[in-house]
Amino acid sequence: MNKVSSLKMPASDTPTPLLDVDGVSLEYRTPKRLVRATHRVSFAVHEADRFVLLGASGCGKSTLLKAAAGFIQPVEGEIRLDGQRVARPGPDRIVVFQEFDQLPPWKTVKENVIFPLLASRTLGRREAAERALHYLDKVGLSRFADAYPHTLSGGMKQRVAIARALAMQPRILLMDEPFAALDALTRRKMQEELLALWEEVRFTLLFVTHSIEEALIVGNRIGILSPHPGRVRAEINSHEFSLQSQGGTEFQLATQRIHRLLFDEEYPVSRQAEPARKIA
Amino acid sequence: MSLINPPVRPEYERLLEEIPPREATRPLHWSNRLWQQAWLRRTAILIVLAILWEIIARQQNNDLLLPTFLQTASALREGLAGGELLRRAGISLTVLIQGYAYGIVAAFALTTLAVSTQLGRDLLSTLTAMFNPLPAIALLPLALLWFGLGHGSLIFVLIHLVLWPLALNTYAGFQGVPETLRMAGRNYGLGGLRYVLQILVPAALPAILSGLKIGWAFAWRTLIAAELVFGASSGKSGLGWYIFQNRNELFTDRVFAGLVLVILIGLAVETLGFQTLERLTVRRWGLQR
Repeated sequence: MNKVSSLKMPASDTPTPLLDVDGVSLEYRTPKRLVRATHRVSFAVHEADRFVLLGASGCGKSTLLKAAAGFIQPVEGEIRLDGQRVARPGPDRIVVFQEFDQLPPWKTVKENVIFPLLASRTLGRREAAERALHYLDKVGLSRFADAYPHTLSGGMKQRVAIARALAMQPRILLMDEPFAALDALTRRKMQEELLALWEEVRFTLLFVTHSIEEALIVGNRIGILSPHPGRVRAEINSHEFSLQSQGGTEFQLATQRIHRLLFDEEYPVSRQAEPARKIA
Repeated sequence: MSLINPPVRPEYERLLEEIPPREATRPLHWSNRLWQQAWLRRTAILIVLAILWEIIARQQNNDLLLPTFLQTASALREGLAGGELLRRAGISLTVLIQGYAYGIVAAFALTTLAVSTQLGRDLLSTLTAMFNPLPAIALLPLALLWFGLGHGSLIFVLIHLVLWPLALNTYAGFQGVPETLRMAGRNYGLGGLRYVLQILVPAALPAILSGLKIGWAFAWRTLIAAELVFGASSGKSGLGWYIFQNRNELFTDRVFAGLVLVILIGLAVETLGFQTLERLTVRRWGLQR
């Protein structure tokens, strides 16, 4: 059934994946027709991976993430978490959304982090409060524990969302362009903090972005999707890149390689400076 | 064709002195701060209205048609001191609260059904389209037939008054809840009634509160009117009947006292009840400015 697996790494000596997306086709409905968002997409996310789904808009990367979260059912193929088919949303896969309104405004920062712990009946009230404070401290927001979300800046709101997701200690953390609505400086800082958190906690991450730089920095492995409908074009490794390697030759080369894969254009080496403008 | 280039200026760096905190933030003048108090502004408006009333009534000089503010105030004081007005108001409010509570429960049940099933949605929209435009006073004779000459028929009418606008507003509020927030809630495994109570209701609270306010105003105004018309028939009579009785006996100052009490209760519910509720919830959460 797994015809597209030729794009994956040879599966001979790799352990069983944590999240297995297996030949998944997703469709969405418009008033007139059914539109295929992704077509037989397969990839595997392993324990402690920072797997990035990268693609232009319309490649179904966010839809794939929502399917992994259980909000959408595939019309073909299946998504397995620890070998179990993903059938509905659940607290073992916590999503960090791009929008700031993911935090219920009627709860303080601390209550926001506690909320899923209580809602999913993971912990009792006291343990939940303790864990909430622990993770708020990790994202540097313990001073704002009693503030309401509308008093926070965008970056702080996303930090709360990340703390809330980490506090659940999910099997996999799903992030849907979490930093896309932030300004460039805050975004860079958040990427740095996310990587520091990963160094410490070693969570498994599935991260969706449309930024090549962000993919190279945040991910250790990048799945490149081609649009209309979304298909896996390539999977590449990016574990050797960090924020520090930005601007280096290796980083530039990787950026160009991804660019070529995304847009299927051959770039003359001499014109590598501003490929984005050429496309536009 | 010569392009103007901006001049190249030298770079500089400087150390910034600390700004004393008193200069960075200064307190407002006391008069400004006083005027910020909403209750003060509202009281000022009320005082101006009372003075206007007093002036106009003295010019008219006809106690039977328009008693002065001071006459009304003394009639109100007498009525309150004698306990009759309070008792009447108590009777009216008891009926009102019962009808209001039943109406809220019914509206909640109907909207919960509407967010969970397609059929519930159709049921809600059909029922509200049918019954919302139906005037309550027109239902009252029928209610008297069904539930007799007691509080039962008044409560029936009150439920009718509260249920439809509240259900409409609540449902509109539920539909306005952002998709991200819904997904976040479902992500934690919330579903059914817990999902409605923990995600939809708080997120839609501005709309629900406005529905509650509309329902309250409808109910209070119609209850007084219904008591005016049908109040005699029920054993214990409320404020509306007090107004009607005193008009028959040409105690116009007492009629005004009754009306003033109706207004005062309305004001109290609005400011003490709803505004406090808003301050503690939607304003605090930043859902409403």
